[in-house]
Amino acid sequence: MIGDKRVLFAILVACLLAAVVSYGAPMVLSDYFVRIILLIALNGILVLSLSLSNGFTGVFSLGHVGFIGAGAYVSGILSLPVQQKMSLLPHLPAVLNWFSLPFLPATIVAGLFTALLALIVGYPLMRLSGYFVSVATMGFLIIVNVVLINASDFTRGARTFTGVPLETTLPWVFGWLGVTLFVLAGLVYSPFGLAMKAVRDDTIAASAVGIGVLRARLLAFVIGAFFAGAGGSLYAHYLGSFSPNTFYFAMTMNLIAMLVLGGMGSLSGALIGVVCVSLLSEVLRSVERGFTLGGITVPALFGASQIVLGFIFILIMIFRPKGIMGDRELTFGFAKKSASPKSTATTPREG
Amino acid sequence: MTEYILQQIINAISLGSLYALVAVGLSIVFGVLRLTNFAHGDVMMVGAFTTVLLIGLGVPFIPAMACGIAGAALAGFLIERIAYRPIRNAPDVTRLLTSLAVTYILENMGILLFTSSPRNFPLPDILNSSWQLWDGALTFTNINLLTIALTFVSLIGLGWFITRTTVGLGMRAAAEDMSAAQLVGLDVNRLIVVAFIVASAYAGLAGVLWAAQAGVVQPQMGFTPLLKAFVAAIIGGFGSIAGALVGGYVLGALEIFIVAFLPDSVSSYRDAIVFAVLIAFLLVRPGGLLKPNREIKL
Repeated sequence: MIGDKRVLFAILVACLLAAVVSYGAPMVLSDYFVRIILLIALNGILVLSLSLSNGFTGVFSLGHVGFIGAGAYVSGILSLPVQQKMSLLPHLPAVLNWFSLPFLPATIVAGLFTALLALIVGYPLMRLSGYFVSVATMGFLIIVNVVLINASDFTRGARTFTGVPLETTLPWVFGWLGVTLFVLAGLVYSPFGLAMKAVRDDTIAASAVGIGVLRARLLAFVIGAFFAGAGGSLYAHYLGSFSPNTFYFAMTMNLIAMLVLGGMGSLSGALIGVVCVSLLSEVLRSVERGFTLGGITVPALFGASQIVLGFIFILIMIFRPKGIMGDRELTFGFAKKSASPKSTATTPREG
Repeated sequence: MTEYILQQIINAISLGSLYALVAVGLSIVFGVLRLTNFAHGDVMMVGAFTTVLLIGLGVPFIPAMACGIAGAALAGFLIERIAYRPIRNAPDVTRLLTSLAVTYILENMGILLFTSSPRNFPLPDILNSSWQLWDGALTFTNINLLTIALTFVSLIGLGWFITRTTVGLGMRAAAEDMSAAQLVGLDVNRLIVVAFIVASAYAGLAGVLWAAQAGVVQPQMGFTPLLKAFVAAIIGGFGSIAGALVGGYVLGALEIFIVAFLPDSVSSYRDAIVFAVLIAFLLVRPGGLLKPNREIKL
């Protein structure tokens, strides 16, 4: 795939576009729009990392945000300036409190940590399927939340974790988005990716033809968790201060809505979902604050935007359960030669 | 020490009754539809808010509670009709996501109508008065007693309903095998509607009692009991009504034991322990205590 000249060309164009946006946008656009672009790219990383297990392997995890939260806290602890560590985390073990890592190493360590966590958690959990893996991973999310709140020597408990340097800028986010997309595309459209989709579409048939079901699920879970941890680190360095409940069910719902709206079996679909939901909720949020139109004042209705999003979500589930893109990719005509088999006609069912 | 243990047993039965009530509703829906109904907790919220609003209007506690239960049943009926029926034959994940979306909508409707700050639950004084035995070594309130009594009465009623009435037997048949029930001429649509109404009425009752014990209502109040009821239902055997009952009391006992007998440094991890138990059950005994042979792996 990489050998194809057109693909190389496409990658080059994408890189150029990302570079132009990340360096050009702050000069042209106001802070508000720069923030929206940054959040879209950041959520793009998170949703792509979610799509690997939930979309391509058919293991619908509700615990992904647990990895994001763990990544955010790990990199936050690592990159907090030493002075701040003394005052904010006085009980931090001596191994951790004498140094502070720069942004990139902290992010990679966070990713590796969450990948290791996913290996430990996933080894037993990836044997489950259907509802049961969803409920079990939700249990994992709650356990992470309880641990973050109680391990106050490391996390300041339920209080806000502050002082993380604000280093997440557009070039960083687009760089990580590119890396995520590159790795995931390489994985999903490789023979191993076919094995993952086979496990999703028919687990029993897949294991009958010799595909290691547990291995496929576990690898998708671990790689997804690596990028979730890295994305969590970016998120931490974007927010600067956060608390355990930043990484809980509200975020879970948000990421799942983006993934499902865009299409669970498609990388470009995931990104389209992120853009659609982000823009839509941004618009709804400004409507929600109340506005005056032609002399009629609409009062502020807090919660209304989420209600609208919820109804849109249900309508999608009823009328287009596979999302905007379904299993297809947005290729701009580049991938015609190796067109994917016509699999959109059959709906995958779980046993 | 005896009094202390006795006190903890009373606490465990009271808490376990609440978990059992919520878990029974979850299990009825899961049994008939194979749907993990996340919206169940928000139906509890509907029941509790209806009751509080009616008490605020001057309605006495008992009729207000009855209306709250009816309101919850109505909410369950509407949710089934609007959101769940169109996707009844969709894949598992689609249905799970739909129920999450319903949760999201109901919770935010609650915030829109009542704001997210908690409100007082105006409990009549007679229910708030407490019994003190052995010079206060053993304390419980009338609302504890009412919770336990209503749980027993309503669950005996449910037992009668599903073993002695035609509709109840039909519900169990549909839970056993939906298509076979359809083949022998049962009106499956009607059975599902009945199942939802019954389950939601239980959620309403549980919501009122939960709020009465907590003393407050708020739009997100259904969330914690819902998660705990998932654990209870799965410990007992998801989809089985007896299992939900057993699971509810086991979970209540476990939580009280953790808080009462373990050191503080451990008991602050109570919820983590509870969900670790859930995961252990899913892995080792996925059918729960009562149904050890059900196959849900891979």
